[in-house]
Amino acid sequence: MSDQPTTLFEKIWQRHVVRPESDETPAVLYIDLQLVHEVTSPQAFDELERRGLKVRRPDRHLATIDHSTPTSPPDENGEYAWTTDQARRQVETLYENCEKHGIELHGWDSPNRGIVHVMGPEMGATQPGMTIVCGDSHTATHGAFGALAFGIGTTEVGHVMATQCLLQSKPKTLGIRIEGDLQPGVTPKDVILHVIGAIGVGGGTGSVIEYFGSTIRAMDMEGRMTVCNMSIECGARAGLVAPDDTTFSYLEGRAKAPSGEDWDRAVTDWRTLRTDPGARFDRLVEIDAANIEPSVTWGIHPGMVIRVGGTVPGGEPDALEYMKFDAGSPLAGEPVDVVFIGSCTNSRMTDLRAAAGILRGRKVAVGTRTMVVPGSGRVRQQAESEGLHEIFIAAGAEWREPGCSMCLGMNGDIARPGELVVSTSNRNFKGRQGPGVRTVLASPLTAAASAVTGRVTDPRELMEGES
Amino acid sequence: MSGEVIVSRTFSLPVENIDTDQIIPAHFLTTTGREGLGTACFHAWRFNDDGSERSNSPLRGHDVDRQQVLVAGENFGCGSSREHAPWALLDYGIRAVVSSRFADIFRGNALKNGLLPVTVEEEVADWLLEHPDTAVKIDIGSRSLEVEGYGAFTFPLDPFSAYCLARGIDQLDFILQAADDIRGYEQEHGK
Repeated sequence: MSDQPTTLFEKIWQRHVVRPESDETPAVLYIDLQLVHEVTSPQAFDELERRGLKVRRPDRHLATIDHSTPTSPPDENGEYAWTTDQARRQVETLYENCEKHGIELHGWDSPNRGIVHVMGPEMGATQPGMTIVCGDSHTATHGAFGALAFGIGTTEVGHVMATQCLLQSKPKTLGIRIEGDLQPGVTPKDVILHVIGAIGVGGGTGSVIEYFGSTIRAMDMEGRMTVCNMSIECGARAGLVAPDDTTFSYLEGRAKAPSGEDWDRAVTDWRTLRTDPGARFDRLVEIDAANIEPSVTWGIHPGMVIRVGGTVPGGEPDALEYMKFDAGSPLAGEPVDVVFIGSCTNSRMTDLRAAAGILRGRKVAVGTRTMVVPGSGRVRQQAESEGLHEIFIAAGAEWREPGCSMCLGMNGDIARPGELVVSTSNRNFKGRQGPGVRTVLASPLTAAASAVTGRVTDPRELMEGES
Repeated sequence: MSGEVIVSRTFSLPVENIDTDQIIPAHFLTTTGREGLGTACFHAWRFNDDGSERSNSPLRGHDVDRQQVLVAGENFGCGSSREHAPWALLDYGIRAVVSSRFADIFRGNALKNGLLPVTVEEEVADWLLEHPDTAVKIDIGSRSLEVEGYGAFTFPLDPFSAYCLARGIDQLDFILQAADDIRGYEQEHGK
């Protein structure tokens, strides 16, 4: 290769070019891993069937069930509380398709079953330098490991099944440098909400983001996943963080990670996956971590962000009408009907520990339904071994089975019309968590604090004196 | 795409950031097929909980047989990767969407299903939004949008998508033709 300094994105891209881009055609790009779930795959399997094709590399596919699955335990007969027969049928269809095509499926009986973007990293399937796709826009999560990971539609899911490749035009690059220490009470979720608020809901369209700087370096892997996860909420295809010792120590010993000599070889290679000094991004945005406060959304898309102590801005009559907020009034203090702690953004151990830290020895407010939905069976197990479930249950919260749950409400976990939900998920679109439901996106700390007071609350008010 | 030219009238949805949850709410996604999603299209905007039509729907009065070109505010199709969004729009009767910006995944999904995303300058989008029910002619071959009473414009469309749309070429067939290259790549890279 040339001596030109290159970005991390460029390095991963170049490693996966099967046929280069031309004036007439996009590049044929090799995909190392496709993650599969029940919602966006059945039509892709059907298309393979129709054309008489097989899944070319079942060993490069990994499946689970997460979107349509109930998060309440089965009854004494082993029956799940499906929202509709069609939801049950969709999950059964994935079982049939995975069986037929030899794809590893982590279904009801697997301890790994969980949200696809929690399970993949947890199993060590997500590794630096890979290309990873899934029929889900939050696939950007896996970029936290220095993998080029992006969401695709069902037609492309079929392309990858049949060929292990995709046709792709090269995106632009957007560097986001974040420097400095985070203040107490400020989490990676606040960082990414702040970023989206700064660059806007369409500010990353056409781009792959690389996050770098001392703030990102200091984050653990779960925090980096939270940041990369929401890259799509500013329109970016993917988010990346260069792998480092934090990445390697997370991965070492995981089921699908390399071991022995292969591990050493892999780490040597992974250390080369970084943006060279002097490499240029198409656009660079600089953020000072000192300016980031606990942040929340006040409107109907994830770019409508204020600090939790801020006032609701004007100029968006449609958003204000839907949210029933007045311009100029504070968001803190608004009564909260439901608190949802979960989703591929914030359902991992650090998130649950943060929420439990607030809820320990406290009760959720009367009239504020609080749901804690772990991201995977492994997270659930680990949380229980640390006694976190007892803290949640003692506080009056629901401790549920893993899944996407109220993030998008496909499985029937929805709030009632008009209710206000403080949610650790990623989208506050109209009706996302149920018809007429109003969503305020927040960190696990802010969500837990709001559960305790029954009002939108700055978590630092409940953290005084804690270290 | 049925043919290379779309001649129709526009319907204006002057709303920015129309996300895929608005285009098709998640509870319709438990389907294992791709047909019949027209009813689900903009469902919460069109219907009350009891199934009756909403009197204040932004789509009220939309004569979809005459107005097959939807004009929308910027950042149309943001949000999820659900291909159910273009499936629903097509089944509802839309053949092209005009906006000053499309979300990436939606744009790709639309093109793969023969729903044409037409990206125009903001002032063109604004003019169209303010002039509902305008006659337009969209020519995929020349990438041109003719707007009656306003002017003619070209819109960006990568040559490969244009070629596939105009001739009904299937992208999977195209990748399958690279089978030898894919095998070679896997051997060379130990994959």
